[in-house]
Amino acid sequence: MKTCLVVDDSRVIRKVARRVLEDIGFEIAEAADGMEALAWCRAAMPDAVLLDWNMPVMNGIEFLRLLRAEPGGAAPKVVFCTVENSVDHIRAALDAGADEYIMKPFDGDIIEAKFAEAGLL
Amino acid sequence: MTPEDMDLLAALGRARAGVRVETEKPYLIESRLSPLARREGFDSIEALIAALRAQREERLIWAVVEALCRCETTFFRGRETFAALRDAVLPALSQRRPEAPIRVWSAACATGQEVYSMAIAAAEAPNLATGARFEFFGSDLSERCLEKAQAGLYTQFEVQRGLPIRMLVKYFENQDDTWAISPRIRQMVRWKRINLLADLSAMGRFDVILLRNVLRGMDAALRGKVIEALVSLLPPDGVLVLDPEDDVAAFDDMLAAAPGGTGIYLRDPSVRAAVAA
Repeated sequence: MKTCLVVDDSRVIRKVARRVLEDIGFEIAEAADGMEALAWCRAAMPDAVLLDWNMPVMNGIEFLRLLRAEPGGAAPKVVFCTVENSVDHIRAALDAGADEYIMKPFDGDIIEAKFAEAGLL
Repeated sequence: MTPEDMDLLAALGRARAGVRVETEKPYLIESRLSPLARREGFDSIEALIAALRAQREERLIWAVVEALCRCETTFFRGRETFAALRDAVLPALSQRRPEAPIRVWSAACATGQEVYSMAIAAAEAPNLATGARFEFFGSDLSERCLEKAQAGLYTQFEVQRGLPIRMLVKYFENQDDTWAISPRIRQMVRWKRINLLADLSAMGRFDVILLRNVLRGMDAALRGKVIEALVSLLPPDGVLVLDPEDDVAAFDDMLAAAPGGTGIYLRDPSVRAAVAA
């Protein structure tokens, strides 16, 4: 079973995302900020990361840059999931190594479509 | 709505657009007609239908028929289909006739995502002949759908269904939650309201015709008429794109399915190889 790390400081968003992703066959781990997510990845690299942008301690883009520099950190498909919807933010995410990008609010169809685009389904 | 109301709607849909009105799904009909009833100033769908009976006014009849047709689509609906069009069909056509423009028609374009997806696919296609040119046409029965298509403005939800993020940043600009297709792509498309039951012989030649989300909602007796009319506009190596689940067994004398189950059909079986490549 593929694993997905859901990184968001909102417990509600993590719960919604978990339900959608479990339905399409992922095993889920959760992290509330980038630092926690990095610790998860160092322990067990997931197949996918659903990543919020604005979080305390370490935000999503900082996490992504550090992740891509880790051993094995190029492998996970990273899908941003954030309220940031400017083209500048999207470009920055892609430059940092994101594979897909979801603009909140999202629904199950959008997560599924974007994970398919990222080659995860 | 009474059974008589449903019969009236079914008869209008069939006669005017060849559309099979799903009388077994009254909730669907109601969801499509209630915005129209409101717009036209009626208190209810029943009042709208009563006016339809009393006045037999052409404008209102067409407004109802248009509302009964589905107007739903997404960008790159059928990812494999668009990948095959981009990577195989369009390059092969452009190599075979580098001089003439390649004409692409989205024959039931709804709110425009399909024809814009084709324009983007052409812009992204590999191995095109040098100087390859494309012309894109979008048509639909519904004026309202065409207006939205022509505006090229989409909600954040719409641009997240089917459109890869790299295509979004490359071909769209946003203002808050609204995304506008770039003028470069928008200006490549011409639009027209067309009823596929009308005489299409003056439409001219098309190399690629897309007719998706249509046949299965169409009155069975009229499917053949529409397919024949469209195929007659294709050159011998032209391509008709249907839905993979459309049943076209009755037309295998004029259409051959390209491999891969993508809903791509070739007019002439001898050009199959180009698409399989």
